[in-house]
Amino acid sequence: MADIAANTQARHHTAAEAKHLTEPPVVKWILISVAVLFIGLMVILPLITVLTQAFSKGLDVYLAAIRDPDALAALRLTIMTALIAVPLNTLFGLAAAWAITKFRFRGKQVLVTLIDLPFAVSPVISGLIFVLLFGAQGLIGPWLIEHNIKIIFAVPGIIIATMFVTFPFVARELIPLMETQGVQDEEAAVSLGAKGWRVFFKVTLPNIKWGLLYGMILCNARAMGEFGAVSVVSGHIRGETNTLPLHIEILYNEYQFAASFAVSSLLMLLAVITLVLKSLLESRMEKQLSGKD
Amino acid sequence: MRRKRKTKSILPGFSLTMGFAVLYLSLLVLIPLAALFIKSAELSPREFWDAVTAPRVLASYKVSLLTSLCAALVNLVFGLLLAWVLVRYRFPGKKIIDGLIDLPFALPTAVAGISLTTLYAPNGWIGSLMPEGVKIAYTPLGITIALIFIGLPFVVRTVQPVLQDLEADVEEAAAMLGAYRWRIFTRVILPELIPPLLTGFALAFARGIGEYGSVVFIAGNMPMKTEIAPLLIVTKLEQFEYAQAAAIAVVLLIISFVLLLIINFLQRWSNRRLRSG
Repeated sequence: MADIAANTQARHHTAAEAKHLTEPPVVKWILISVAVLFIGLMVILPLITVLTQAFSKGLDVYLAAIRDPDALAALRLTIMTALIAVPLNTLFGLAAAWAITKFRFRGKQVLVTLIDLPFAVSPVISGLIFVLLFGAQGLIGPWLIEHNIKIIFAVPGIIIATMFVTFPFVARELIPLMETQGVQDEEAAVSLGAKGWRVFFKVTLPNIKWGLLYGMILCNARAMGEFGAVSVVSGHIRGETNTLPLHIEILYNEYQFAASFAVSSLLMLLAVITLVLKSLLESRMEKQLSGKD
Repeated sequence: MRRKRKTKSILPGFSLTMGFAVLYLSLLVLIPLAALFIKSAELSPREFWDAVTAPRVLASYKVSLLTSLCAALVNLVFGLLLAWVLVRYRFPGKKIIDGLIDLPFALPTAVAGISLTTLYAPNGWIGSLMPEGVKIAYTPLGITIALIFIGLPFVVRTVQPVLQDLEADVEEAAAMLGAYRWRIFTRVILPELIPPLLTGFALAFARGIGEYGSVVFIAGNMPMKTEIAPLLIVTKLEQFEYAQAAAIAVVLLIISFVLLLIINFLQRWSNRRLRSG
């Protein structure tokens, strides 16, 4: 009886935003103001800077910077790199998540840790390892030269380095998701006679589609925006091995600030779209989870 | 494969997916990382030691570690504040603030770098507000600001879910026993938040040590003063001193791996406490 009384009392308190469980309004609004000010200073102000600088010399300069052949070539290379890196890493993410979450085997934890490795490696080192492997003085560099294959300071190097830095994104999103979903659905499908691919496409994929998309979007944002790793392997050949972030660096170092920020505004747009899609997918995933319970 | 009965699964595709995953992981990650260690082994132990303890190299480690530490500490405080405000209060624009927390993950580092440099340069919006003689851009302070930006999401995103799941009962009980709000915060809430706070701090710290794109523009890159370790690796590479670059990278990588191990441990600790609590 006493329990019930206490419970109703407690519920009553939460409903009325219990005074003893929150801070005085003054404290509350000071905390909120400091938080908003911090975000304003650290996040919003840099965004505004990109836009004002991009248009500081007028619309003509902005458009000229974006229509510049070198900028367009950089845009093409950036998109191509993402179009190769994201699907391959998605394929890996699906395979790894399937093996890790649907089966028991020794060394599983080691495998999960190894998948996260690229996140712990500095972008510069991510580029460096491929120079040490494929570069002229690299471990298999002489062999590559003999066979006239160019990887470093060429497009393949950019793609490989991008694949390395974006390697964990999809796997990392799928593993915890598929872990919580268990194996019952798939086992039921198999015992009803469904074959492997059919189980995957009809049972697993609908369950993980939002999480999969979420991982791919984050992977894509990083693939298009990577700077350090790509900078080390690219060789900065204008119109050939420059991605958008590298093009921004070159323009900035040549004191073409307005042009540099104009190209930056494209990547900022990508970031904003990524964030919007991300929060949309988050609410989708929450709905799917609560719908299942 | 004679193993316990439990290993047997009726699901198909283990060898295919496992084979592909391990092959891809080895080709793209493990073998290239091994190349780093092989290349640095071209140096004799003596040369390796000299390469990683040269004054300029030591100075760059010091700059990287100190600025990352300061930035992670700032993010520890403001990350806790942001998580608290976002979980506990309602206010206009909350959803936008919550979304913007992730911007440093989504915005390419080069864009962040030139934007922050423009803001904090002596003639920038913030830089020009500074009193005479106080410079932000092209000093360690500028590096720290860039690293605060880059590490901003980590503490918020590790603390937020824990704070969300915190049961109101304990706070309720403490309040009924007459404890004041501040006391409840320090004695009841804060202890629960220590594992995620430490995890977020370590993640931000680790990210800061390796960060390159957002820092190179604002750092000024003066050897011995504002030269970070990743930049020194690039410089060595441009001078074709591959083995030296590899040696500096090995040390940096070992620091990162140790941090990764600590983070793993912290996360397991945090999960255990959540489950038992």
